[in-house]
Amino acid sequence: MTIDKNARYRSSHEWVRKDGNEMVVGISDHAQEALGDIVFVELPEVGKTIKQGETFGVIESVKAASDMYMPVGGKITAVNDGLSGDPAAVNREPYAGGWMIRFAPSDPKEWDGLMDPVAYEAECGKE
Amino acid sequence: MNATKLHDWHLAAGAKMAPFAGYDMPITFPLGAVEEHLVTRSSVGLFDIDHMGQVEVSGPGADAFVDRMVSARILDMKVWDARYSLLLNDRGTVIDDLFVYRLPSSWWIVVNASNRLEDVAWFGKHKPAGVTLVDHSDDTYMIAVQGPRAMELLDIAANAKISDYPRFTSGRAEVVGVPCLVGRTGYTGEDGVELFFPAADAVKVWTGLIAAGEKYGIVTKAIGLAARDSLRFEAGMPLHGHEISQDILPLEAGFKWACDFDKDFVGKAALLKAQEAGLTRKLVTVEVKGGVPREGYEVQDESGRTVGKVVAGMFCPTVKKFAANVLVDPAVSKIGTALRVIIRNKPVPAAVVKRPLYVPAYRR
Repeated sequence: MTIDKNARYRSSHEWVRKDGNEMVVGISDHAQEALGDIVFVELPEVGKTIKQGETFGVIESVKAASDMYMPVGGKITAVNDGLSGDPAAVNREPYAGGWMIRFAPSDPKEWDGLMDPVAYEAECGKE
Repeated sequence: MNATKLHDWHLAAGAKMAPFAGYDMPITFPLGAVEEHLVTRSSVGLFDIDHMGQVEVSGPGADAFVDRMVSARILDMKVWDARYSLLLNDRGTVIDDLFVYRLPSSWWIVVNASNRLEDVAWFGKHKPAGVTLVDHSDDTYMIAVQGPRAMELLDIAANAKISDYPRFTSGRAEVVGVPCLVGRTGYTGEDGVELFFPAADAVKVWTGLIAAGEKYGIVTKAIGLAARDSLRFEAGMPLHGHEISQDILPLEAGFKWACDFDKDFVGKAALLKAQEAGLTRKLVTVEVKGGVPREGYEVQDESGRTVGKVVAGMFCPTVKKFAANVLVDPAVSKIGTALRVIIRNKPVPAAVVKRPLYVPAYRR
């Protein structure tokens, strides 16, 4: 399992990374490994505002569909359109080409309440 | 929970395991369900299917007994022939689907793991005196070797021309030194065989086939049940409990061809009656744009009327499509009919397409 040291995490296995004034979200390596082959990703419309903890999209593996949750609330500024043709990018590079959404956070302080890489790694070890 | 003789091998290979029909079975190997599917279409896939059951019927009267129990014509089969058939109840619905082999002095019937006990009970209930029915499931191992290079691998592993067996026939051969019943059959849409042999030799046959593949440069991979499902789905083969079940008539599911109305068989009267009354459902395949259609999802026509439910649906790796099998009102069963599948409360456009999505090797 790999961990992005620059990201923070939710217990539902989304990662979020700061990028200038915006933030970028994806799912962790641990999550993609547990889900298996990703075959479809449903992402929100750009411009939509979604609160922290609410569903922003759905990821479908061979066996099941799983909701993805906003680690920090905000307004969607971009989504990874490349995943519609290549959802397996989430398996190959969950922290890079497999990113899901980019957003402008409503309250950047929400980031502080998320798990840091050490805490997240410990959390995954418990499963 | 039962474990197959290859359970330790699967764990060592890093398989994700889950219960299936009372067995802890490999669902995917580290290769992943999609790649496992594709390697079976391009080279060779190995399937541990020890959970499948085998029943042998013999004795005076066995021919007439098997003929009356199964839906397909079987008395025209020559020794070593293998044929697909259904086992019906008195309502004409499907207790199980079977592969029936005619051996020199008995009938060898391959049944699904989850239906084995019910099948044996149903055969037993109708069995006349003088006919012997033996359940060999526990002492017989079953491995499927499937893919465009499977016969090449088998010829090497058996040091015999297994590839000379016509499709849907069988024979006896030593595979990596283990005496096997070899059937040129399968459940993937690819060429290949299913091997039956003493359970104690499971690891020897499995690892021997992998070693032969390595030695001769034939890519040979272990395949889990997830890819087994997508392979059979693409090739238009039914999975009991989905496309066929005790709630579904073979006529609804497109299996009239597996019912011989020129003979008498259990369930025939009910089928004739249903046919006369007119069928109310028909199995179709729909292609869905935008989401994975899964079992239980509702299907509507363009006006929003419910016309059926998904019995099986998934991503199909070879044809790169999302597709579902649906039992629908026959009025909307024509190819090209626009439908919609309700995925997470949203109607997603779908259309009835030609079955199967992937034409099996034996039909090409």
